[in-house]
Amino acid sequence: MGKTLFEKIWESHIVVEKQNEPDLIYIDRHLVHEVTSPQAFDGLRMNNRKVRRPDLTIATMDHNVPTTDRSLPMLDETSSIQIKTLENNCKDFGIKLFDINSPNQGIVHVIGPQLGITLPGSTIVCGDSHTSTHGAFGALALGIGTSEVEHVLASQTLWLEKPKTFEVRVEGKRKNTHAVTAKDIILSIIKNIGTAGGTGTVIEYRGEGISDLSMDQRMTICNMSIEGGARAGLIAPDEKTFDYLRNREYTPKNYESLVDSWRDDLKTDSDATFDKQFILDINDITPQVSWGTNPGMTCDVDEPIPSPDEFSNGDPNQKKGAEKALEYMDLKPGTMIEDIKIDRVFIGSCTNARLEDLIEASKIIQGQKVASNVSAMVVPGSQMVKKQAEEMGLDKIFTDANFEWREAGCSMCLGMNPDILSPGERCASTSNRNFEGRQGNGGRTHLVSPVMAAAAAINGHFVDVRKLDLN
Amino acid sequence: MKPFENVKSIVTPLDMVNVDTDQIIPKQFLKLVQKSGFGKFLFFNWRYDENKNIKSDFILNDSKYDGSKILVAGDNFGCGSSREHAVWALDDYGFSVIISSSFADIFFSNCFKNGILPISLDPKIVEKLLQETNYVEVDLENQIIRTSSENISFEINSHKKKILLEGLDDIAQTFEFEDNIRAFEEKSTVPSVL
Repeated sequence: MGKTLFEKIWESHIVVEKQNEPDLIYIDRHLVHEVTSPQAFDGLRMNNRKVRRPDLTIATMDHNVPTTDRSLPMLDETSSIQIKTLENNCKDFGIKLFDINSPNQGIVHVIGPQLGITLPGSTIVCGDSHTSTHGAFGALALGIGTSEVEHVLASQTLWLEKPKTFEVRVEGKRKNTHAVTAKDIILSIIKNIGTAGGTGTVIEYRGEGISDLSMDQRMTICNMSIEGGARAGLIAPDEKTFDYLRNREYTPKNYESLVDSWRDDLKTDSDATFDKQFILDINDITPQVSWGTNPGMTCDVDEPIPSPDEFSNGDPNQKKGAEKALEYMDLKPGTMIEDIKIDRVFIGSCTNARLEDLIEASKIIQGQKVASNVSAMVVPGSQMVKKQAEEMGLDKIFTDANFEWREAGCSMCLGMNPDILSPGERCASTSNRNFEGRQGNGGRTHLVSPVMAAAAAINGHFVDVRKLDLN
Repeated sequence: MKPFENVKSIVTPLDMVNVDTDQIIPKQFLKLVQKSGFGKFLFFNWRYDENKNIKSDFILNDSKYDGSKILVAGDNFGCGSSREHAVWALDDYGFSVIISSSFADIFFSNCFKNGILPISLDPKIVEKLLQETNYVEVDLENQIIRTSSENISFEINSHKKKILLEGLDDIAQTFEFEDNIRAFEEKSTVPSVL
């Protein structure tokens, strides 16, 4: 019987295989950042252990770095200590670090692909759940905890139980390519399968609706696999993938011969079967807006907010969750999405802060002003994205419209740095999680695409971007 | 890692589904560079209001549950961020068993690295345990939860059970496979980053 892409990558990375126990899997790439690594390096020191493969390990600082002027000292002392700790750890253990002043600094899941560090068919881990992003290149990319970070630093391997396989097939050709985005596709998928729908599985996204997407868009899809509970998400590599990674700063020297083998090997066989399947038609997808406190609590832009009864399909626990979410979000069932007023707009995060995201948002912003009741910011995903955008004049479009234009980092996606919502503030955000307090204690997050966030910034409330001329 | 010891205590019922790790340990506490002392920040935004006053309606603030070592919660516990700080906080607060109808994968894995036993049970049994007011005993060796009225058996992978019971150091175990790792590296074709 044929094999899935995931099974092929898994099998080619088995170091030790045992019956009824986890497999020991080799890790090709380890990405490290300041928040989930200090305790791992401490563990190495306590046990007098080294980093086995510094040449397969890369570090950057992204989670708590300020996005304001970097020539100024950091005001937050604990953040500053954590950043200094990463610098010291990288120096002590011989790990390449893109620090706060590096032109390569940025959100770890944005810089990996941009630098050609992410490779098809490889295994990639990082102490961050959105590591699934790299699956867009046909890599098996897993988010891990700090103990596992320590394990990979010490041994370049992980004991892993083999996940099940889950095919998510998006059929059809997208008609409105500017208004219905990759973000809307993945939010629709999560709304349908649920936030635990992918638990214990690796999702492979397939179908014309996926292969038509650009690499930036595919990364948005794979990024939010974890929001559907999946261990990882991946997309089979094709010529778009190979073109993207060609001639990057760290693209391997023997790249073309690698591409030849990837072209042959990295696909799911036609007679392979998946443990689970979900199919949706791309033309059933509209712009999505989350209304609750997890990414599954999402509806179409032209729908009213559902009642907890409608949302839960009779499950009393889900109903209770929806009631609590509506209370936290200060929303009532039946309210139309377009009638929801917002206070803040955040265009950023490892989900939606790549060059294409900023280009698409800028088309809405051009020649307009942010509504007087709204404060809005753009935080590019990396310093490289920022530079490319500035070369295209996008920064000017945003600042002319009264958006703030910031330095790269995770910023208000999780609010570990000073970029946070105040209690009660409502934000249209291109990030990935609308959990309670995620963007600031008491803050209310609505997950949307970059174009939906941009249109909300201009209008002061959500707008169905299908009504706008985006060409 | 400390070996897991059987637990006998009252259960803390956290009757909510989709409890994410942002709730278990909010982001402002992730800046610390050590593993200890996170217990006081557990469920911080649910335990305290904006002015740091205790919210009396939150279950952990009910003194009846002081000293409880068993947390029972609804479906999909520990979803979201991979932060192991969530497990460090639960452990430091005093919980050593978490019972739910399902767990998010990364959280589940993180538990075993820290001597915490996550037990997955049928939703109907979880519902019953949420109502349990008497002492409950969790016996890992025999895979049994003993309540005042019944014995509930639970499943656990034998490898994971051994890790918990013996408090094994994962990395030391892996080093026993040094020859296999070296052999893999010799045939690996993945180029280094630098």
